[in-house]
Amino acid sequence: MVGKKKGYVKAIIIVILVIGTLWAGFPIFWMLDNSFKNNADIFTFPPTWFSKTFGFNAYIKIFQNPEEIRFFINSYVIAACVVVLTLFLGILAAYAFSRYDFPGKKIINTLIVSVQAVPPITLLIPYMSLIVSLKLYNTYFALIFTYLVTNLPYCILMTTGYLNTLPKALDEAVKIDGGSSWTALWKILMPTAIPGLVSVGMYTFMQAWNEYLFALSLTKTNSMRTVPVGINLLMGQHSYEWNQMMAMSVLGSIPVLLLFLFFQKYFIAGMTAGSVKS
Amino acid sequence: MIGQAAHSVAWLAKGVGVMANGFKKQSTKTARRVAVSYSYLAPTLVLMLIFLVVPIVMVIGYTFFDNVIVNKNPVFVGIKNYVSVLSDKSFWPAVGHTLYFVIISLIAHLLIGMVFALILNTRYLNYKTKALFRVLFALPWMFTASVIAIVWRMMMDPSGVLNYFLLTFHLADSKVLFLASRDLALFSVTLINIWSGYPFYMISILAGLQGVSTDLYEAAALDGANAPRTFFYITLPTIKPILVSLMMLDFIWTLQQFALIWMTTGGGPVNASEMVSTYIYKYAFTKYEYSMASTAAVILLIACTIIGIFYVRHQRSEA
Repeated sequence: MVGKKKGYVKAIIIVILVIGTLWAGFPIFWMLDNSFKNNADIFTFPPTWFSKTFGFNAYIKIFQNPEEIRFFINSYVIAACVVVLTLFLGILAAYAFSRYDFPGKKIINTLIVSVQAVPPITLLIPYMSLIVSLKLYNTYFALIFTYLVTNLPYCILMTTGYLNTLPKALDEAVKIDGGSSWTALWKILMPTAIPGLVSVGMYTFMQAWNEYLFALSLTKTNSMRTVPVGINLLMGQHSYEWNQMMAMSVLGSIPVLLLFLFFQKYFIAGMTAGSVKS
Repeated sequence: MIGQAAHSVAWLAKGVGVMANGFKKQSTKTARRVAVSYSYLAPTLVLMLIFLVVPIVMVIGYTFFDNVIVNKNPVFVGIKNYVSVLSDKSFWPAVGHTLYFVIISLIAHLLIGMVFALILNTRYLNYKTKALFRVLFALPWMFTASVIAIVWRMMMDPSGVLNYFLLTFHLADSKVLFLASRDLALFSVTLINIWSGYPFYMISILAGLQGVSTDLYEAAALDGANAPRTFFYITLPTIKPILVSLMMLDFIWTLQQFALIWMTTGGGPVNASEMVSTYIYKYAFTKYEYSMASTAAVILLIACTIIGIFYVRHQRSEA
């Protein structure tokens, strides 16, 4: 009886795993599969699962197009600057929150928590005139500042949490030796907090790499476009070269996928921080 | 809030006063600590002031004027814009579609995330199998909205692979226009959003499940509780705080969703999948009626802030 019941449970689990694999994996398989086909084979009826025209044509076309390579360079430059700046400023602010009491602390903290609920589209309208009047329109800085500000609150809250777990005796030891708070922060606390910072950094990278609305609206020329906007631009430009759009999608997804696959633990820690309290 | 503000202003004044009087050893030290903490915070505060506080004040200001941005000397119109938006024929359908989109997405995210998390947490699977499927099931979360939109547009094309499946298994008599028909566009966009969002639930619930004490399960097993009873009386109550947080965060995010809708249906065909976000975007960037766009954007901001307040309260009560 018990054995039979166990068999049922296992069968149900296997069925769910199969359905789940198709549901989660099929769109990704289909994207990869079509990126290796010729454009003519994409909407055949019935579909060709493993095309005879298998090849890297679509990828080669993208790598030969300086405009599309530029999208990638832009995305890498912007995401890298955003990660570095967010972590740097976030660490400084988090140190103040974790180690000092100062007037206005509660208000600033409430402000930092609450701005996370502000919809990007609400910010976008005043940004159009603000970014133009700061002469930042269609520059890297427009997106770097935007992503920096939208990601800083998360970084500060997370980093404050990590710093709070480190004993204050660490700072005091440095000060007894005649070191400043600056030395305590960078020489003693930060090396200990690296796992937490890796999580925050990866989450920030993912947000900056994947952002679409501001990238679409605050840049104008193709030389300033990022990958998410670039992928969508391909739709109009090349009269539906689906294989190239798929290849571009694959290439555009690789950085975040690699981070996820190789740093799963950190990645998941960063992702679940808002909901799971440990 | 106001009391707090007054209190801090008094404190600040005291600090400044202390600095001005100076030279008394004890208070100089306090003043120094305040100065040091604010110097660590300064870059963040300046950035947040310029790029968050100022724009929010600006956008709220826009809602009380006519023809902002386009006209150099806009006229103050009071709450006229709010009346216009709230009585706009296309605003309420957009709210309705947004609510449909959010509620269906949330329920589906929760159910799919929960089922996958429970499966990945059973003792029937070995560690390696679990690790493999955890990665596989989490994958949709890694893709940016434009990739998701373009891949699903290809799959949902009238000659696409989904129609091939539907026709082959006799689930449809003729080709289904997923994104191009007024009856199905909203459902199709919601389906795409369900696909892209459930992994966040799965991974968070999984993390929560691993925190449920094994003692509780052993006690339940000793009492002869069956699997459903164990789930409803032990698992669910333990992870309830996580589920509440998840749903509130997801509510805010899904309410703000723009990119996915914009790149699949663009709110169409004929407003059939118009949401508050695309409604705002169209008013701002295709009609250049920034006052109307700002007003709708501030209404969205208010909705998000209300949920945000509940989220913060919930997080504090759990801490």
